[in-house]
Amino acid sequence: MDWVWTHLDLISSETLAHIGLSVPPIVIGFLVSIPLGYWASRSAVARSVLLTIGNVLYTIPALALVVLVPVVLGLSLLNPGNVVVALTLYAVAIMVRSAADAFASVSADVRQSATALGYSAAQRFFRVELPLAGPVLLAGIRVVSVSTISLVTIGALVGIPSLGSFFTDGFQRAFLLEAAVGFVLVLVLAAVFDVLLTVLGRVLLPWNRGLRPTAAARRVIAQQLPPIGAR
Amino acid sequence: MSIEFRHVSKTFPDGTTAVEDFSLTIPSRETTVLVGSSGCGKTTLLRMINRMVDPSSGSILIDGKDIAEIPPVGLRRSIGYVMQNSGLLPHRTVADNVATVPMLTGVPKRKAREDALALLDRVGLDRALAGRYPSQLSGGQQQRVGVARGLAVDPNILLMDEPFGAVDPIVRDELQQELLRLQGTLGKTVVFVTHDIDEAFLLGNQVVILQRGGRIAQVGTPKEILANPANEFVADFIGAKRGKRRLRIDETGRGEDVLLVDAAGYAAGVLSADDARLVLTGSGPKSRSVSNKTDQAGDA
Amino acid sequence: MLLLQGIAWIFAPANWASVNSGLGIGGEILSHLFYTVLSVAIAAVVAVPIGLAIGHTGRGRGGAILIGNVVRAFPTLGLLAILLILLGFGLIPTLVVFVLLGIPPLLAGAYAGVESVDRQTVDAARAMGMTEWQILMKVELPLAAPLLLGGLRSSTLQIIATVALVSEFGSDSLGAFIISGAATQDYVEMIGGSILVTVLALLADALLAGAQRLTVPRGVPRGAGGRTTAGGRRILTAPSGAPISEGN
Repeated sequence: MDWVWTHLDLISSETLAHIGLSVPPIVIGFLVSIPLGYWASRSAVARSVLLTIGNVLYTIPALALVVLVPVVLGLSLLNPGNVVVALTLYAVAIMVRSAADAFASVSADVRQSATALGYSAAQRFFRVELPLAGPVLLAGIRVVSVSTISLVTIGALVGIPSLGSFFTDGFQRAFLLEAAVGFVLVLVLAAVFDVLLTVLGRVLLPWNRGLRPTAAARRVIAQQLPPIGAR
Repeated sequence: MSIEFRHVSKTFPDGTTAVEDFSLTIPSRETTVLVGSSGCGKTTLLRMINRMVDPSSGSILIDGKDIAEIPPVGLRRSIGYVMQNSGLLPHRTVADNVATVPMLTGVPKRKAREDALALLDRVGLDRALAGRYPSQLSGGQQQRVGVARGLAVDPNILLMDEPFGAVDPIVRDELQQELLRLQGTLGKTVVFVTHDIDEAFLLGNQVVILQRGGRIAQVGTPKEILANPANEFVADFIGAKRGKRRLRIDETGRGEDVLLVDAAGYAAGVLSADDARLVLTGSGPKSRSVSNKTDQAGDA
Repeated sequence: MLLLQGIAWIFAPANWASVNSGLGIGGEILSHLFYTVLSVAIAAVVAVPIGLAIGHTGRGRGGAILIGNVVRAFPTLGLLAILLILLGFGLIPTLVVFVLLGIPPLLAGAYAGVESVDRQTVDAARAMGMTEWQILMKVELPLAAPLLLGGLRSSTLQIIATVALVSEFGSDSLGAFIISGAATQDYVEMIGGSILVTVLALLADALLAGAQRLTVPRGVPRGAGGRTTAGGRRILTAPSGAPISEGN
């Protein structure tokens, strides 16, 4: 364990770098997916187009995407921003489907009665549909969060530092402890983010507390968790 | 092929008691209808006959043989079963659906298919439908296929679990008449479950009215039950008190035939002139009411 | 334009023979396919029977979901590094990782597929006198096939992506071009390799999507993932069934 104590600086700087690369894709992915998901829930054509694009994006292995994104955007190849852009694309690819399901899970009765009560379209969206879509959106963003934190490590292969650097470096030196520290920290980070999101969900969606997850939310949690890591 | 329930009880693992100490003899080659509201245990009773449900206590005998000693799979293959939503296999054609059980029991495919076509004729379906898939049929057609499948191994016993419950009234009427016609020629031991008392009276030789927990409120022919409801529950259930079935002669009628009205005074039908004379002359004022059981075709 | 140079790099005959005195494009493609096909096959042999059993009996579902979610939360690169350090470098340890990562989607596809079969259809099959084995083979499996294939599709894509990483640890795959390109700052090689991996993944996806379409039993309305009854009524599980059925 000596290595850990002598390398606390490195560990903390890689952890911070990892967080720095993880947060923007999660946040941007969420924000971008809300309008797209809403659109997809209202129009079958939009749904099919958006989900198809999402599927294709998601089919591209992460290692390739991290290289191809800057090339297509004309950025430098070793810019940490590439990881952020690539992972944001993944986040949107996953999250649009969750968001579409989330808005589709708001019952038509509730929507119509809100309209009948005299809500304007914007009021209805922010005060009725968005809150009611909340639980499923939360389930989706939790998936995105775990996935993103795990995927950031891929950047290490093209020289973008993160906790993933411990994997490549540990392997090269056949040093199990270093790789294991990276592994555990990635899991811890994912767990911390998950707890934060859950707490955030409880604060923002107080009526949802204590309720069993809805069928839609459970489906997102159980089935939609996409394979992570290499993607 | 008589079926006998002896002190049968069923408590499910979740603690609900569906049936308690139920005893009944179901006569051979006739139609027995179990009728009651939801939760009276009628479907559980039906499903015990082919061991889809095993009783917690008591025994069920078919022709004197305790079915607990018969392996369930073989027992089920020898008993026809028709259920509410047809339960057809969505990935098989109509002909293959009908031929399913014969093929399970080793009948050659060719013969099973030919037999299936003959069965389609029998239940009043065009042979042209044989190659269709269930999703391409109407609800009524699906139920007919379900009946054909139930008859495919020429079973002595046919179990029917609300088979016409999900089709519209006109189609239900057709299917009921079709079943009466079939039963007239086949003479199976039919056990039929429904919550519709009119259907029970129409189809049943023997009608069993059930209360909660599978308690028998009354057993008898439709005539016996209508003429003599055993208790308040039965009277209420068959509608004798609500006036739907309580008809009287409308004295203001002017035609040859005599007009009948129900308790609320709404016109319900007519008695043809000959019958009316009998009623009017041969009885005192007390029996001037007639039970509404005009279409008792199954009870010849 | 780097992208065009990358494409040109792929079509340069010399690169098919050898790159950086290692395997050429052809060799790396074969190696990539070898790992992928072998791992998917082993994962399927392990996961499909278990998944079908879970779906048929309804037992062990919670455990399967848990295992799936835990394994899927693992950073693949870390898992590879740790297992290769522990078990030593070689074919078997490498395959172990791929198989491990390929199992959860297949497991989920198998049990979700069986669960998606209308319970009334299964009930009717049992009432007709089918044995449990016959119910599984003649009713549940054919109707579960599209979702099962969806699981195979997810699993395959997961493994293709993971195989690309293994070049960091000295095995041959299309990832080699990206990793060695990054080390020597040979952007053209990196881009060529990335295009190749992407094309491989998209082709595999398209192939399996086609197979998935073929397995939708006739008579069952298109759009697998919905719960289907004989009446053709679809109870909507489609939106969430879709990630598996449409493959990610």
